[in-house]
Parts: sequence; structure tokens; C-alpha cells
Amino acid sequence: MYYSKQQDVCLERVNMRRIVLLSFLLSLFVFCWVLDGRAKEEDFPVPRPPFSEGIFPCSNCHAGMEANTKRRELKEEHTNIQLKHGSVSRWCLDCHDATNRDMLKLASGEHIDFSHSYELCGQCHGPTYRDWKVGVHGKRIGYFDGGPRTYFLCVNCHNPHDPKFKPIKPEPPPFKPLYKYNPAARSGK
Amino acid sequence: MAGNRYSRRDFIRMASVAALSGFGLSGVSCKKADLEEFLQKHYLEMTEEDKKRTIKRLEEKYLKKYGKQFTISTQGAKPGTLWGYGLDLSRCIGCRRCVYGCVKENNHSRYNPQLHWIRVLRLPEGSLINLENAEHYYDPALVPEPGYVYMPVQCQHCENPPCVKVCPVHATWKEPDGLVVVDYNWCIGCRYCIAACPYKGRVFNWAEPNIPAEELNTAVHYLGNRPRYKNVVDKCTFCVQRVRQGRYPACVEACPTGTRKFGNLLDPNSEIRYLIDHKRVFRMKEDLNTEPKFYYFFGL
Repeated sequence: MYYSKQQDVCLERVNMRRIVLLSFLLSLFVFCWVLDGRAKEEDFPVPRPPFSEGIFPCSNCHAGMEANTKRRELKEEHTNIQLKHGSVSRWCLDCHDATNRDMLKLASGEHIDFSHSYELCGQCHGPTYRDWKVGVHGKRIGYFDGGPRTYFLCVNCHNPHDPKFKPIKPEPPPFKPLYKYNPAARSGK
Repeated sequence: MAGNRYSRRDFIRMASVAALSGFGLSGVSCKKADLEEFLQKHYLEMTEEDKKRTIKRLEEKYLKKYGKQFTISTQGAKPGTLWGYGLDLSRCIGCRRCVYGCVKENNHSRYNPQLHWIRVLRLPEGSLINLENAEHYYDPALVPEPGYVYMPVQCQHCENPPCVKVCPVHATWKEPDGLVVVDYNWCIGCRYCIAACPYKGRVFNWAEPNIPAEELNTAVHYLGNRPRYKNVVDKCTFCVQRVRQGRYPACVEACPTGTRKFGNLLDPNSEIRYLIDHKRVFRMKEDLNTEPKFYYFFGL
């Protein structure tokens, strides 16, 4: 009788331990899941990234090549790219990945698709990224309500290697009133 | 009074016969469609039946005039919408893409007369409020030019619109979603509204519009971008034909720098509400108490 009672207590203890362990594991799982969800950025309806013609996928050329991770000036290939984007502190493999050439690389080491490049830009340009996500920075076209829409990527307007917006030719000014009925006179003919 | 050949009654009788026959003759000489157009009601007084008939007649008229089948919408304002516009002065580069995007979308007369609903002002840097320094005929090789800022101006869709107050025939009014619109068939061309508008937001069709047939936009709204007539006033409608379907206006889509923002002021999650809440915002000539729904802001 006494023995079996002790056994009961013992069993109870084992059960308690199991429950505690299980609930701990469960909460850990939920916690990780929530953290993971927070780290993932939502998807945006973005257009295809503006690759130079014939350059993507990068692995077409890079597949058989050994990655040289030493910082250097490229003399044979990609000579058209002049990095004017924090070039003192940055070079190719800070954003492009050496192991998977068709992906970009976040500071955390995580790989992202080129269509998610806004996450990469957002690492440094935080306030701009915040504005872009709500639609106050950048360009959106299509339907704002009840239809398909497109949110332009950072790189659709800013060349990532040289992001400053370049001056463009303006459309012609309106006719002056004097020439309203004689557009030909505007050009001095 | 025996010398009087006609009594008053005779006079009235003859005068009315003459008037009636004159009216009848003119009715014979003019086509049925013209007569219907002449007798058309004010847009706000039309029943659904009237609207359908008017649209049908106008579509036939446009088909005859331009050789293209138009679809004229009479879509009304969506409940719970009040349209507002945002324009980022730190990003506008003065390229006028919006002006010509608008011209194409809204079937403007291209020349004789040339009509634009958007006027891009160029101001010396640091003198944004001195509008007397503004220049809108600037024509450099490249924009933006150093030392200048650009400020596009169009109809501000005031909540308290002075142009609506002065119209003697109520041909222009504010719709429930805040758009100030014109019934081109009701406008008599007196141009009081042009004089009353402090933003130069309205233009006048001094002649029949000249629109290249291949560039006609045939998806139109009765109160918006349908081709206008000689002697009527027209103005920016925030692209009523687009925004009531939930589409961005044409100028928003034409802008290469993402300067232009659009949204529903009553929706707390809209872009326009976000920028009003988070950016430095002003409205043009606020002191006139016109309450524009066009917000200039500084994104930087």
C-alpha cells in the first residue's frame, strides 16, 4: 500500500515534468513562429526588376566561376558599372551574394530575391522605406481600390549603383497668349 | 377710336401666331437631336431615364463628329469618399509629364486653342510663396535647373469653391465626393468662374477643340473628359472617370518622380491621410478660406 502510494507520487511527478517540458517547447515554438513572422516582410505588387538586357540570371556566367571575395576594381567584366553609392565603404558582394549569384544578400546573411530588393535598400534607408511602404515615397499606378496595381521598386527609378535622379528634358512649355492662334509663330517661323 | 385698325387682342393673336409659326419652322429646319440638345435638362435634374437618353444622343453625336464610338459614363460619387490630392514639392522636377499626360487622358484641344489643366510654375529657390515671381513658360534643355523649385497648379477642388458661387446658371457644382465639376451642356460661357478662381484652375474653349482622331480617349465621363464644345469652360476633375472606378488619376501615373499622391480623405489608411498626418503640409492661398483639397507637402 505504502509502496504503491510512493509510486503514484513518482508517476505524478514524471507527468508534471512532461507537461512543463511540453508547454515550454510549445511556447518556444510559438515564440519563434511570431519572431519569424515579424522578420518576414509582406509582399508588394512590384514589376520585374529592370535588369540590363541579357544579364540575368547571373549564374549563366558565374556558374563555373570560383568566387573571388577580395575587394577590388573589376577590370574585365561589369566595367560599365561605376559605383556611386557609398563606394568608399561598400562594394559588389555587400549586396550581391557570392554563393548564390541570382540572389541578393541582406546584412543578416539572408538571401532575398531581386524582386524583394526593397528590403535590401530599406536596411540603410529606413525612413524612405517606411514612406515607400505606405505609398508616400515612390510611384504607384493602376487601381488604388478594387483592381490590380503596381508599386514601383526603388530600382525602377534609382539605379542602385548610381542612385541620384538624373536631369531630364522637359516637355514643351504652353503657347504664349500672343501666339495662341498661331502655334507656328512660336518657333519664330 | 374707330381709326385704330387693330385691337390689343388682335395684336396678341397675330404675334403669337407669328411666334408659333417661326418656332415651328425652325423646328423643321433643325434636326431632332439639336432640338433635344437645346431642350436638355440640367444634369442634376435629370432622371436616370433622361441621362440614358442624353448619353445615347451624345454618343451618336461624337460618333458622327469624331468617327469613334465613345462610352460615356454617368457613374455617381461613391458613398464615404472625399477625394484629396498630395503633391511633393521636394520631388517635383518641373518636367511637365503630368501636363501632357492630362492632355491625352482628358481630350484637351491641342492647338487653336491649346488648353492645359495643369500649369507648372517655376519659382526661385527660397521664394515659394512669392507667386509674382512665378514663370510657367520656362524652357531649359534639362530640368531640374539649379536654383529653382517647381510647383504644379491645377484645380484645387475647394470645399468652399468661389467659382461655384459666381456661376449665374449653376452649370458648375461640387459633387458629394468633393469634385468640382462642370456640365458642358449647361455652361453659357460667361467666364465668371475663371475670374473668380484664385488658382487659375479653369480654362475656356475659345474655339471648337482640335483633337487628333487617333489620340482620342473614348472612355469618358459626362462630367469629365468627354470632348468639349466651343464657348464652354472646363477644368481638372481629378480624372473623375478614373477615380470613381478606384484608379489613380492620369497625372499621378505620368509623373516620373512619384511626386503626385492621391486618395480618399475619409479613409484613415489612405496615402493622402498618411502624408497629411506625417509630413509638412500646406494648401495654396489658405488665407482665402477656399479650403482646397490639394495638399502640397515636403517629402524631405
